Amino acid sequence: MGFKPDLTRRDVTPKAMFLNRRQIMAGAAGLSLTGLIGRQARAQDALEPNSMEEIAGYNNFYEFGTGKEDPAKYAHMLTTSPWSIEVGGMVDKPGNYSLDDILSGVDIEERIYRFRCVEAWSMVIPWNGFELNQLLDQVGVQSRAKYVAFETAYRPDEMPGVRFPVVEWPYVEGLRLDEAMHPLTIMATGIYGETIPNQNGAPIRLVVPWKYGFKSIKSIVKITLTDQEPPTTWNKANPREYGFYSNVNPNVDHPRWSQATERVIGGGIFAARKETQMFNGYEEQVASLYDGMDLSENF
Amino acid sequence: MNPVSQRINEGVRKVPTWLLYVLAVIPPALLFYNGVVGNLGIDPVKKMEHQIGLYGLWALIATLSVTPLRRFARINLLKFRRALGLIAFFYISCHLAVWLFLDVQIWSQIWADIVKRPYITIGMGAFVLMIPLAVTSNNWSMRRLRKNWGKLHKLVYPAVLLGGIHFIMLRKGIQLEPLIYLGVIVLLLLLRLPPISKVRSPARA
Repeated sequence: MGFKPDLTRRDVTPKAMFLNRRQIMAGAAGLSLTGLIGRQARAQDALEPNSMEEIAGYNNFYEFGTGKEDPAKYAHMLTTSPWSIEVGGMVDKPGNYSLDDILSGVDIEERIYRFRCVEAWSMVIPWNGFELNQLLDQVGVQSRAKYVAFETAYRPDEMPGVRFPVVEWPYVEGLRLDEAMHPLTIMATGIYGETIPNQNGAPIRLVVPWKYGFKSIKSIVKITLTDQEPPTTWNKANPREYGFYSNVNPNVDHPRWSQATERVIGGGIFAARKETQMFNGYEEQVASLYDGMDLSENF
Repeated sequence: MNPVSQRINEGVRKVPTWLLYVLAVIPPALLFYNGVVGNLGIDPVKKMEHQIGLYGLWALIATLSVTPLRRFARINLLKFRRALGLIAFFYISCHLAVWLFLDVQIWSQIWADIVKRPYITIGMGAFVLMIPLAVTSNNWSMRRLRKNWGKLHKLVYPAVLLGGIHFIMLRKGIQLEPLIYLGVIVLLLLLRLPPISKVRSPARA
């Protein structure tokens, strides 16, 4: 593996703790012996994964409504089993792969990543998933392929939000092939060691930690290898505001708000904003992908 | 006059105006309290900011409804109009304060936001337009300004329109809720156009 995440397994909040973090915080003084203090000291920038309540209760998943609480309210309507992904385009072994088939050939591991929304809020999420390159290797990417296109399920019966044309459905996203093959890019199937909640993109979603959250497309039903830059939903909706790359970049503002800082979810009303890091703190690992590119041009 | 309007008007006469000011303090106070104790969900600052902004919009819409209600439904809430306007100004000031002190926090960024972000420029514009209205909302100013007072207070029309546009612009994509608000605002403004506002005038006497 070509990189080292700066957060490790030991930084994950123990399950008993995240289930009930508020109460524990209230009595934290008495708990210092259990390792809480040591754990916080180890995590760089004092980063601490958000609670499951926060991660699964504050989502943008417009297929279930535009409110932050809507996905948690309505995503239970989504049938996630059986599930399959149609893999096609420039691959050696195109086909309709069941989720079980895909998961039998990959290594699931834990990745604790920063998550930075384009709306300038952030969380830290302990994902369980596998590197997308493992799946791409399974299906055999042909040499002509330059991009990977993804598509979210579109099910009007199970997704109350798609009645409204907030964006064009189905939701589509894309990556350049080298971005897709990067070891930081994962397909997530769990959070905190549990099956990923529907509102977080069950049963399988993309996670690209150095890009704004909307690039990490949820509930994927289709993956297509192509030699053309694929259309992406927010770019189609508003090309001036959302580019194909959408790398986290504190120096390139969204036309309607600054991207220099972010509100860290979970800090309460008096929490200070945090400075946003270049490539969301993954500059060392991914900056070389964009050598020679003008990032304010290719935002 | 129909009996419903008549009953409402009789009821309104019994309600003292000061009660409105007292009641108006409760929603933002509750919001702040709930924010401090952690009852506002996962992103309490945004929740406070948006909710108090929405209260401001409600109060502005209520202020703007007074005249059409009187003209078209014969319901007379005129004695509350000043209070409603001042309450709107109070809520929008709270909205601004939450944005300044709890959300953006960084002064250099605040100025950059006001200048560079159209939706903030527009929201700020609406607030600035409301300042002279709040300042001159007393009897002394009304006497001093005479006819100009009425002219000056027409600034509430662009202010509320900018408020509605501000609401639409801050959402991602085209969303229904802010469009409904803007629709209501535009309707209330259209009702003031001479051809419409004259419709029921003859019956006034």
